[in-house]
Amino acid sequence: MSRALAPPGEPRRVAYLYLLPALVVFALFVLAPLAHSMWLSLFEWDGVTPGTWVGLDNYGQVVSDPELRAAFRHSLVLVGFYAVLPVVIGLVLAAAMSRARVRGLALFRTVLFLPQVIALVVVGVMWRMIYAPDGGLLNEGLGAVGVGGQDWLGSFPLALPSVGLIGAWVMYGLAMVLLLAGVQKIPQSLYDAARVDGAGPVREFFTVTLPGLRNEVAVALTLTTIQALRSFDIVYVTTGGGPGDSTSVPAYEVYDRAFRGGDVGTASAIGVYIVALIFVLVFLINRVAEREAAR
Amino acid sequence: MIDRREQALTYTLLGVFSLIALVPIAGIVLTALQAPGELATFGAPSGFHPGNFATAWDEGNFSSYLRSSLMVAVAVVAASTLLSIPAGYAFGMMRFRGEQALFYLFLLGLMVPLEATIVPLYYDFRDLALTDTYAALILPQVGVSLAFGTFWMRAFFRSVPRSLVEAARIDGSSAWSTLWRVLLPTARPAVVTMMVLIFMWTWNEFLLALVMVSDEGLRTAPLGLAFFQGRNTTDFALLAAGAVIVATPVVLLYVFLQRHFIRGMLSGAIKG
Repeated sequence: MSRALAPPGEPRRVAYLYLLPALVVFALFVLAPLAHSMWLSLFEWDGVTPGTWVGLDNYGQVVSDPELRAAFRHSLVLVGFYAVLPVVIGLVLAAAMSRARVRGLALFRTVLFLPQVIALVVVGVMWRMIYAPDGGLLNEGLGAVGVGGQDWLGSFPLALPSVGLIGAWVMYGLAMVLLLAGVQKIPQSLYDAARVDGAGPVREFFTVTLPGLRNEVAVALTLTTIQALRSFDIVYVTTGGGPGDSTSVPAYEVYDRAFRGGDVGTASAIGVYIVALIFVLVFLINRVAEREAAR
Repeated sequence: MIDRREQALTYTLLGVFSLIALVPIAGIVLTALQAPGELATFGAPSGFHPGNFATAWDEGNFSSYLRSSLMVAVAVVAASTLLSIPAGYAFGMMRFRGEQALFYLFLLGLMVPLEATIVPLYYDFRDLALTDTYAALILPQVGVSLAFGTFWMRAFFRSVPRSLVEAARIDGSSAWSTLWRVLLPTARPAVVTMMVLIFMWTWNEFLLALVMVSDEGLRTAPLGLAFFQGRNTTDFALLAAGAVIVATPVVLLYVFLQRHFIRGMLSGAIKG
């Protein structure tokens, strides 16, 4: 390291002292539980009586148990609703924005971002009322235009997409604000050049807007994908995993199995899978963004 | 040249999506004001009954839930801030062996959600007889917040001009007093952003409280609301009033400090 980056006035080993308090707390309440979770996942344990060592059986069980496989499948569906859909909406808006300069953007940004700051439990309560079969806003609205109502959260084919739409409602503002900020940073000269070349809106989008938003898309997908994979609150409040298991997700299974079903080992293994899945997807998203950048 | 049609399209899209964001929120506020005991929600507002809030506050016990949440959030924000600033300072301004490995460790924390550590956390706290205490609500949340806090403060200290630090050094200021006397005043906006986000995440946290606490006196606002929903399946007005009460503190904070919220959450803050 160069001299210019040397610490201000004191030997560099003092850094450990500055770091120590945070590191100790972080290690005790994040790293140690993570390691402990991996350890617990190797046992069959009901949380009370002594556990039995089962090796990697719990991990195999997560893969073979149809109920758990369904839970992970559901969480990938939720990635579509929480992450992909908001980013697509954001991109459409960014494409429209790139050709027009808009005033009053700050106000729109404030409103669009609002769902992000509301507690997910409140969001769940709110949407249960919207989806309510009798008198809910959605069915009332559909009834007004002559379409029959549905039991949105109570029917097998509709429950999961209905939960997914709640997540999309929470996330799309974030994706929009992020992509709008990004599109304004793309130099106007690139658009002028594209237009001189006779590019229409579609070609302009694929040659200028989309490449220019690479980083923003990666950040938006990362943030929302993590939210989708860890989603618990909304499911707990709106459907409790039902009807049947049609909206169960991994985080819900962790809670259900560890604290209601007395199957701590499997619950821990599911937790480890959630972390692994987050790592893999975040890595892939950022890898693709970097590769596109290199092109 | 600005194409008028495209501009109109942009405003239309922004307007429609802003409306979609607002309608459910306006709906729950209207529901909270409708006649108590009615099942009809959202679509048909029936009169103006602000008394629902008082009923929820007293009978729904939300005064107690909010007090609990406030205590937990203040403690978490204070502890996380005090620990994150020196840690971010070390990462951002000093060089030391193992720096990169240690930083990656904190980065890892940004991707490990509470959902993945809640099981061992519960059993560890149970073994220490610490479930059903404020400590069970505060300590794990501080751990989670530190990953973000350290990451965030490191980014801030990296952006500080070296000349500021060099000048302090020439004046004979130690690293410690440079941090608190010279750097912290310039760090105020970054620190406020961090505190606001940690406050929001703590206030909105649900799973930790659900698992750790069974004593009603310790219930946080989101947990209280979930239980309130379980008891009040029919009275939507009261339930909506409770929901509005739970959401209001963070929404108010957002209205006044929105630039901090938006800046913090957009700048790659991975935690949610």
